[in-house]
Amino acid sequence: MFTGFDFDVISRSLPYLWQGMLFSLGLTLLSMLGGILLGTLLALMRLSSFTVLSAPAGGYVNLLRATPLILVIFWFYFLVPIAMKKITGDAYATGIGPFYSALIAFTMFEAAYYCEIIRAGIQSVPRGQGHAAYALGLNYRLAMTKIILPQAFRNMVPILLTQGIILFQDTSLVYVVGLTDFMGAASKVAQRDGRLVEMYLFAALVYFLLCFSASHFVRRLQVRYSTGR
Amino acid sequence: MIEIRNVSKWYGEFQVLANCTTRVSKGEVVVVCGPSGSGKSTLIKCVNGLEPFQQGDVVVDGISVSAKDTNLPKLRARIGMVFQNFELFPHMSVIDNITLAQIKVLGRSREDAIEKAHALLKRVGLTEQAPKYPGQLSGGQQQRVAIARGLAMDPIAMLFDEPTSALDPEMINEVLDVMVELAQEGMTMMVVTHEMGFARKVAHRVIFMDRGEIVEDAVKEDFFGKPRSERAQHFLSKILHH
Repeated sequence: MFTGFDFDVISRSLPYLWQGMLFSLGLTLLSMLGGILLGTLLALMRLSSFTVLSAPAGGYVNLLRATPLILVIFWFYFLVPIAMKKITGDAYATGIGPFYSALIAFTMFEAAYYCEIIRAGIQSVPRGQGHAAYALGLNYRLAMTKIILPQAFRNMVPILLTQGIILFQDTSLVYVVGLTDFMGAASKVAQRDGRLVEMYLFAALVYFLLCFSASHFVRRLQVRYSTGR
Repeated sequence: MIEIRNVSKWYGEFQVLANCTTRVSKGEVVVVCGPSGSGKSTLIKCVNGLEPFQQGDVVVDGISVSAKDTNLPKLRARIGMVFQNFELFPHMSVIDNITLAQIKVLGRSREDAIEKAHALLKRVGLTEQAPKYPGQLSGGQQQRVAIARGLAMDPIAMLFDEPTSALDPEMINEVLDVMVELAQEGMTMMVVTHEMGFARKVAHRVIFMDRGEIVEDAVKEDFFGKPRSERAQHFLSKILHH
């Protein structure tokens, strides 16, 4: 039944697709890293007893979580150049290019989700741990970095990774700003050679295999963590 | 050494501490007892500012806990505290639990801190456990490590918040023994506990709390001999005769 198909198109375009995959993985890892850093900061702000810190963080998280990712990507792609022109006063300023605008968009979008995960993680550490840290004379920064956050992150590893898998799938959206990630590469080959079905089947299979095995790994990790104590 | 002056505290409408006043002098051992929910744990946590309070003041070694310009971390570093649930840091080895604050707060060198930690572990009888993690120790051992962790800061006073309440019965004595020894060496101690044997042995004064009030504050002999309040008599009759 596959007589009309040409699966050879896959092997012919493998090097190109590999480039796209490297881009996808790179973008995922970088925005995960940035998202977790920014998310931690937002979580600490949200948990602060000072309204000047908690209110903006709460507003940010609620705004981003109520916005479609694709819209955030567009914002940063189209609005950053305009903002740069206004700020620098240089009519020929070109913005920061599609890659960095996508990276910033993903980092800021994911930070909102990571913030909520990390906030829950911090709250899962028993209150007494903070008391013990403060009773020893540790200040807020030391208590957080040495006592609370290490324990919180240990509890959170599985769910942070799961969020990373979702992020990996979401990076396929960058084709809307003309970037060639794995999805973009597959799509370009498909259009060029007129082999839409083959390429999209292949792309689906690759995404499925990667994400499924990653989820499986996370599940095993989760079991090990929960039996570890 | 520790002066608690008219301290009151509310959770919303509910008053947990009502006008509490007492003091712990240098070298004195004061036991705080009372039914659960009487505010005794809250009171002891006010001493190092872990629990904020709305009225009154606590003064430790001449420094007010509630004053805006007080460096609380610095003050807390001088007061050791031992918790009901031990609260050792589970992601650190025993030795790291005892050296962390020495290094980060007191600025001691790693070598000095480790030396101090080993000396204290020896004192609480846990020399072998230094490289282990808290999860590998029994409750009694964990609590003794927690005492060593507090002592490592060379505190001017030690606070104990129900140190034996979470322990299996057979482990209570190993912890009490360490505390008795500490008391006999002249450490200033404030101890929330139901262990009346400990109180009889080393306490100078006993405070009885009920519903957020200090109902009785008497020298040990008077407290056990002839408690003046009915509530204290009732409480004692319940915990002593069974």
